Amino acid sequence: MNDVVVVDYGAGNTRSVRAALGHLGHPSVVTSDPALITSGDFVVLPGVGSARSAMEHLDATGASRALRERHASGGATLGICLGMQLALETSEEDGGVTGLGLLPGYVRRLHERRVPRLGWAIVDPWGDAYYFAHSYAVESADAVATSEGITAAVQRGSFLGVQFHPEKSADAGLTFLEQCLSRA
Amino acid sequence: MPLPRLIPCLDVAHGRVVKGVSFVGLRDVGDPVELAKFYSDGGADELVFLDIAATPEEGATMTSVVARVADVLEIPFTVGGGVRSVEDATRIIESGADRVSLNSAALADPSLITAIAHRYGSQAVVVAIDAGEGVVHTHGGRVATTTHTVPWAVEAAERGAGEILLTSIRCDGQRTGYDLELTAAVRSAVSVPVIASGGAGSAEHVAAALRVADAALVASIVHENPAGLAGLRREIERLGIQLRPFKEPR
Repeated sequence: MNDVVVVDYGAGNTRSVRAALGHLGHPSVVTSDPALITSGDFVVLPGVGSARSAMEHLDATGASRALRERHASGGATLGICLGMQLALETSEEDGGVTGLGLLPGYVRRLHERRVPRLGWAIVDPWGDAYYFAHSYAVESADAVATSEGITAAVQRGSFLGVQFHPEKSADAGLTFLEQCLSRA
Repeated sequence: MPLPRLIPCLDVAHGRVVKGVSFVGLRDVGDPVELAKFYSDGGADELVFLDIAATPEEGATMTSVVARVADVLEIPFTVGGGVRSVEDATRIIESGADRVSLNSAALADPSLITAIAHRYGSQAVVVAIDAGEGVVHTHGGRVATTTHTVPWAVEAAERGAGEILLTSIRCDGQRTGYDLELTAAVRSAVSVPVIASGGAGSAEHVAAALRVADAALVASIVHENPAGLAGLRREIERLGIQLRPFKEPR
């Protein structure tokens, strides 16, 4: 694999994702350039910030269109936290936001127990614990893993989304990223 | 609920770790990056860095520490001390920290909590409260304010804090256990998670704190013997607290 692309949507903190990819031997570029997003071998849509400003940034730069095209043509994409939530059809966040629509389903505000849901939690059926930090959660028919009953991962075609932060989940997270990279 | 967290706290001044970290085996006990990596390898669930000498001129020093830590650490970390504006928070988060911790700046201007939460989400904002005699203290716990602890915690959470880092001034440094009553009172008043802080002297103390809080901050108990962190985890688990599955590196 040559081109690992981390999508920039202006919310900062892409450093940890790039550091984790770097540890696995994959240098990456941070960009919102649609051409690079379309052509990348493996694209990461990271997750910090708010849904509305992220979507506005992706729409304004053309990155949204590039992400949809890449998905349609089977390019491997990993969405992390907000980056996964943006891939759904809609989100309740910020008074309602239209997402990329790569997968069916929506994003709802968490009401269970303590919010934000912060800390390490076991993901079923994978068995390992990963680090979560979120106040919104995905409801989708494409859920492939859960954590305490909350969607932990979704997959449709070449798009894989995770609610947890693999780049912050120590060895379990690095192993997960390595598997994603090896399949791309 | 996610699993309870064990969080070593490193005091940093002028880019160096201060306050009693003793050890053999670390090349440089004063290097925040090396110590952070060491604790991460030892099973820390998260780390907190407090810039205790923070002045506006020192901002760049801390930012560079944050960036170097982010490049080697694969667990989350929070940075506090010297966060007085959205710009400070931006600088720290964009250098790779997961969260910022606000203390007196939030008390002086509570709208700061909301402004940072709006930009980065509540999970990125911790409000640290130094509590004693029912009221919030500033200046490292030396100056009492007239703000009551529990109502302030509630207000901070309502304004967007995603977690409360609650330090008992009475217990801090005493090593006789956390203030469980205070911790439980704050935690039952808010719907965000709470980190208990101040007073850890044994695994029993930490286990007791983790029964009433979502996380426990530890300082001298680990700094005296950084290599003992994995053992501390095992002791806490033997006391019936399930921490995240962790395999010690060889």
